[in-house]
Amino acid sequence: MSLTRTIFKERWAYLFLLFPLLLFAVFNMLPMAATILLGFADYFPGGQPVWTGLENYAYALSDDLFWKALGITVLYTCGVVPASLLISLFLAYVIFGLKYAWAQVIFKSAFYLPVVTSGAILSLVWLWLFNPARGLLNYVLSFAGLGPYLWTSDPQMALPSLMFMAIMGGHGAAIVLLTAAMGGIPASYYEAARLDGAGPWRQYWKITLPLLRPTVLYLLVTSTIASFQVFTQVLMMTGGGPDYATTTLVYLIYTDAFEYFDFGKAAAEATLLSLSLAGIAVLQYKWLASDVEY
Amino acid sequence: MLKYVFKVILALFAVLTLMPLYWIVVTAFQTPSVVLAFPPSLVPSPASWINFARLFNGSEIGTWMANSLIVTGTVTASNVLLGTLAGYTLAKKDFPGRQTIFWTVISLMFIPSQLTIIPLYALIVQLDWINTYQALIVPALIMPFSIFLMKQFLQTLPTELIEAARMDGCGEWGVFQRVILPLAKPGMGVLAIFTFMGVWNDFLWPLIVINQSSMLTLQVGLNSLQNQYYTDYGLLMAGAAVSALPMIAFFLVFQPYFVRSITIGAIKG
Repeated sequence: MSLTRTIFKERWAYLFLLFPLLLFAVFNMLPMAATILLGFADYFPGGQPVWTGLENYAYALSDDLFWKALGITVLYTCGVVPASLLISLFLAYVIFGLKYAWAQVIFKSAFYLPVVTSGAILSLVWLWLFNPARGLLNYVLSFAGLGPYLWTSDPQMALPSLMFMAIMGGHGAAIVLLTAAMGGIPASYYEAARLDGAGPWRQYWKITLPLLRPTVLYLLVTSTIASFQVFTQVLMMTGGGPDYATTTLVYLIYTDAFEYFDFGKAAAEATLLSLSLAGIAVLQYKWLASDVEY
Repeated sequence: MLKYVFKVILALFAVLTLMPLYWIVVTAFQTPSVVLAFPPSLVPSPASWINFARLFNGSEIGTWMANSLIVTGTVTASNVLLGTLAGYTLAKKDFPGRQTIFWTVISLMFIPSQLTIIPLYALIVQLDWINTYQALIVPALIMPFSIFLMKQFLQTLPTELIEAARMDGCGEWGVFQRVILPLAKPGMGVLAIFTFMGVWNDFLWPLIVINQSSMLTLQVGLNSLQNQYYTDYGLLMAGAAVSALPMIAFFLVFQPYFVRSITIGAIKG
């Protein structure tokens, strides 16, 4: 059967896919191509793009603020991602060991509630908790003789405050995934280990953790990408400050594009951000997935 | 012994995790003078609705919530329908270009929004869609993840079912409507929750394309509330409570679906 006849016979398939593909072309692929092109041009909304070659990249890469934002973003990610992962692994282990199914459900739900709560809501309440004069955190710490701290208003403490807030928040999804993966490990593995005299710690280290590796890898990659794109808290809680102490990459792109309307520079920065994200994902896969067979 | 220590740490961590949500409720129900008092009161006494009254009189939060519902409802319905249709096509039909289209969809899933948002904004300006529902809805009518998820879900259905329906004289649309749709329902439920949560909580896009108060979504509305009443924590927490309630209720009712949506979302391609 010739190709045209096959295509005609399967015309319904193309019809079913036509509308989504059209929307992808207009709202995903074209804008993506346009961002990459804009990175090589001077463009302000309403004007005509002027080709400037690598000027935007040279400008972005020689801009101290870009490197500062990159450093802040990396620091935030390197603090939040491992801490969250370790806490999630611990909480998932304890929850999975609970005898009653209802107790497991209650704890999983408790840790999931902040995940369904939006970043805007959490930003509002954390600003209130961090309030230097009347916030709950300074009140509680005063019993230990600590503080009062300025939290998000202190250039030294602003970024750690945002990191602390992130670490206290989103373990729900990781716990659900990890407990689901732990449920998939055959009980016979543990029985064999017990017969060989392995204690709980050894069982966790030698059986559970290695078998959780694909899940941990997935969590590591997704949470690194999410942390790298932190934005809502920065906009609502610190506005990138004080003294640029919390200006993350996405916040920098946002201000360059939508406050200074320098679309060319922002597009170059967005392209650099996307390349870094892709690079990180590939590195993490290489590093952790290299010997995932047992 | 260690087991009990672990359980105590688990309980403590759960309390700390829920503390911010509890603090929203406590502050929202306090009178403004109690909110200002130091040391803070750990329970709302005397409990009062006054912050909620001030919130609804002093802001357009009712309108914001309606806007969020309209946008999120439309986007969710459209993603579930188009995602199921396209996912079924990619899972069960054999046609030239299938692999190419599937891999295109997969790669689009990994494009960060920052890489498209600037020209997308310029496009919305060109279309004169700033401050409209279209700006919030049309670019999100179908998202790559919706197609991917439904394709993964429908792939497990036996192909014989479709062939049998075709033998019985079902046309292409008939097969989809009578055979696929009823069987796809659990997957569609998961996708609906996933999309609803993502769109409801979206922040950056509505922040950029909406600047008129009556058109804001709830999340960006909260940001404007924060800019307007930044020291009035009673009112701000009432706003947070009103905004958090629908999503938390939704979560508690559909809890099993949420759990499935997380595990299905993590399936490898």
